[in-house]
Amino acid sequence: MSLDISFIGILIGSIMASSVPLILAASGELITERSGVLNLGVEGMMIIGAISGFALMVITDNLFIAIIVSMLSGVIISLIFGFLTQSLLTNHVATGLALTIFGIGLSAMLGRDFVGIPGKDFPILFSSLRESIPFFGPILFGHSIVLYFAFALPFLTNYFLKNTKLGLIVRAVGDSPVSASNQGINVIMVRYCCILYGGGMCGLAGAYLSLIYTPQWIENMTAGRGWIALALVVFATWSPIKVLIGAIIFGGISILQLHMQAVGFRIPVQFLIALPYLMTIIVLVVISRDSRKIKLNTPTSLGRIFYKEK
Amino acid sequence: MYKNFLRYLISAIFLITFSISAKADFKVGFVYIGPTGDHGWTYQHDEGRKAVEAAGIKTTYVESVKYGADAERVIRQLAQSGHDLIFTTSFGYMDATNKVAKDFPNVKFEHATGYKREHSNVSTYSARFYQGRTILGHIAGKLTKTNTIGYIASFPIPEVIRGINAMTLAAQKVNPNIKTKIVWVFSWYDPGKEAEAAQALIDQGADIIMQHTDSTAPVQTAEKAGIWSFGQASDMQRFAPKSILTSIIDDWAPYYVERAIAARDGTWSQQDTWHGLKEGMVAMSPYNKGMGADLVKEAKQLQKDLASGKIHSFTGPIYDQKGNILVAEGKVADDGMLLGMNVYVKGVEGDIPK
Repeated sequence: MSLDISFIGILIGSIMASSVPLILAASGELITERSGVLNLGVEGMMIIGAISGFALMVITDNLFIAIIVSMLSGVIISLIFGFLTQSLLTNHVATGLALTIFGIGLSAMLGRDFVGIPGKDFPILFSSLRESIPFFGPILFGHSIVLYFAFALPFLTNYFLKNTKLGLIVRAVGDSPVSASNQGINVIMVRYCCILYGGGMCGLAGAYLSLIYTPQWIENMTAGRGWIALALVVFATWSPIKVLIGAIIFGGISILQLHMQAVGFRIPVQFLIALPYLMTIIVLVVISRDSRKIKLNTPTSLGRIFYKEK
Repeated sequence: MYKNFLRYLISAIFLITFSISAKADFKVGFVYIGPTGDHGWTYQHDEGRKAVEAAGIKTTYVESVKYGADAERVIRQLAQSGHDLIFTTSFGYMDATNKVAKDFPNVKFEHATGYKREHSNVSTYSARFYQGRTILGHIAGKLTKTNTIGYIASFPIPEVIRGINAMTLAAQKVNPNIKTKIVWVFSWYDPGKEAEAAQALIDQGADIIMQHTDSTAPVQTAEKAGIWSFGQASDMQRFAPKSILTSIIDDWAPYYVERAIAARDGTWSQQDTWHGLKEGMVAMSPYNKGMGADLVKEAKQLQKDLASGKIHSFTGPIYDQKGNILVAEGKVADDGMLLGMNVYVKGVEGDIPK
């Protein structure tokens, strides 16, 4: 592998770009889960975000509207999940799975007329700085605004959960909905908000794929990234910063294995392809060994149905 | 007597109309590996299907059918629902096609790019895509400045390896220092991965990208990076107008129409078809003027010579990676060798995944 320093900068830049959808979806799902709701519909919400973002881009020719609509459509589809699990008290796991299947099917149907249309270039920021500064240029500059937002999001999420009153309320609802309810907190309302927020972030993650990363619409284009985001939340033991680390490792090794092939490493390709999954799990398990800390972050009532007796 | 005559007449009319409608009910089914809008492999097969439809024959298709149990279920369902001829258009449908063919001896099956014809109602057909690869190799060898050609490969089957070898041999002929770098993505259709693979090859110094996968993501990546690329299966020019030098086009339409009519008229029989530039099953999209008028001329001449048989893509001497001779000087590789090709020629980097 050519180890020249500017090349490594470019490599890190493309690793960052590939981890964005995982960071967005996992950060959104993390808030949902911290409020005690397990939404397995991440993949479905992402793919709906991807198609609605792309469709709006084609129809209105406006990327800003496309991004907003993709988030809104994520919110709307998660509202279905919220209504079923919070108001009709259905099982979280079954409802979430149904949401994924529904999302994949619906997106394929909606997307019929949008297959094969070339996407638009998404504006990137500071592209001149990217070229002029060696090594740090391609890492820090020349990305879309969504990428900067995604990398700030885990820190914002961390701050929100630890240092704000609202964050405390979310955690209280996730740990002990009964006590929270007795304190006068509207548990159902808080959970609704967290579900909708998660949906919005998943929608944005999908739009990143169809508008920025590989600008086109293709059936099933999320290709399992929603499931990886879900797994990241668990392996990161519900800590936003560890979600970020996990997403970068996963994105990094998926890209590195392609580079290793291009360089001609004599390692079986099949092993290289399995490597991102293996490494992400190993690293996250190793950095989260402290069982006290895991307990501290785990929402104790995750996936349990709550209802207030009248 | 009169009454009886009327009865016979009515039943005769019924019988005739029934048999005519039964004849008109001749239906052809298609099974696709990707969506019809992939603008690559499946798109071209669907163009072929539309030509059959235009010839007045009813068709149906099922898209995005996965290999394995899914494929067998879909093919069986098409056979059960009255389809008389079924095209299964991807290599991985080979076993499923033969399995279903055994249970439906009256239904005809056509399997693309495979080699198993276990029952008399299964035909196979493919195109000599490697002839197109020879043209790509010639152009790539002339245009590369880094002497590195990036190749995004799908699965390690003879068809893909043949393409890699044909391209490398042609490139070496005009530029002996050429190196072919390959990234296997183990998928026919995964735009995210194909784009990342293209980027990895570009980062490793490739200044020309070509693919044996079905989406337009690699050519779009090449366009963004400002380097040359080649389209696959269908004319991908509008996805990367500056970058694409030419695309190898698969034109299945004449074959599909011919076989569908033969099956309808009862003249269909088992065969193994392998057509190329000569018959028009393989075609090249218009050459990008950016490569220079001289090179366009050379490419067109090469295309003509390959079609006429004056030039063969695999003319000796050909060596494998270790330097053992595969095809002796003055000889050309026979079809048997081409169909079973499972080694790289000299100049290709890396190992074939097992």
